[in-house]
Amino acid sequence: MKCGIVVFPGSNCDHDVYHVLSHVLEQETTFLWHQETSLEGCELVVLPGGFSYGDYLRAGSMAAHSPIMAAVRRHAEAGGRVLGICNGFQMLLETGLLPGAMRRNRDLRFLSVDVHLRVERDDLAWCSGYRRGDVLRMPVAHAEGNYVDTGEALDELERRGQVVFRYVNGAGRREPAANLNGSERAIAGICNAGGNVLGLMPHPERCAEEMLGNRDGLGLLAGAVAGGGRLGALAAAGG
Amino acid sequence: MTSQTSRHAEGPEGRFVARVLVYPRAEVLDPQGRAIEDALGRIGFDGVRRIRAGKSFEVALEAADEEQASEAVDRMCRQLLANPIVEDYTVEWVSE
Repeated sequence: MKCGIVVFPGSNCDHDVYHVLSHVLEQETTFLWHQETSLEGCELVVLPGGFSYGDYLRAGSMAAHSPIMAAVRRHAEAGGRVLGICNGFQMLLETGLLPGAMRRNRDLRFLSVDVHLRVERDDLAWCSGYRRGDVLRMPVAHAEGNYVDTGEALDELERRGQVVFRYVNGAGRREPAANLNGSERAIAGICNAGGNVLGLMPHPERCAEEMLGNRDGLGLLAGAVAGGGRLGALAAAGG
Repeated sequence: MTSQTSRHAEGPEGRFVARVLVYPRAEVLDPQGRAIEDALGRIGFDGVRRIRAGKSFEVALEAADEEQASEAVDRMCRQLLANPIVEDYTVEWVSE
């Protein structure tokens, strides 16, 4: 699957994602500069982690208005796959491609630690390498990952099954101590209604090889390029 | 979202300056405000009931008239300066 990684001024996980997609998963992968207006035929678009525009205004808010984002929006609306990791997730929220917003972490600290995630959906291509209820270990590195939306919007998100990953303890159970950034309902990652747009705060690209001591994230990136074609149809078939 | 627009200050023809104040919405936890509130207590300021930490922007713009200036600033707030899910904004007009 042809993969494109959008590079913004301040992106710093772009090469990590490139490495996993290109060298580990052996996919045709290219960088897309944020001022481009074409996705060059990429089927998977990744918005990588980092500090685009120095996190000016709100994390992801400036990048959300970059020239390439119009093409990303069209791609997403046509059912194409878009993956936002960390700062990329913040961008998806700021563009409105995913619902909700981010606040500063509950304790105001920049968090750079491994967390445990519970997989809440396994009927999406993204999660085809996992089973529902699986507990994954992945690193997070962010200051604004405290997910929030209105109570009604959160209920709607839950009702539609759009919560894909939640922060849990090592045993897979939710508890306040495991939800380090204070996200509402321990939300770590969500998808859109069609299932073709996924955003998460943890970094699967940093834990996708045995030599890094953890390959729990490989399944997600393998799922992102699995199957080819349009993810929306898969999601719809899976409910 | 709330938006208050005060009377536009008099200025040179077609030139306006808006001061946009953006605050976390009342029902949204404001960890920065909370931390500053705690710090004020620690250094001896009793009786501080609440701190909300926000941002302010000064927007100098040209527009045909007050109505257009006001409408433009309102759109700026909704599209970029504030995130309506977590923030409210107010607009004041100041003289240049």
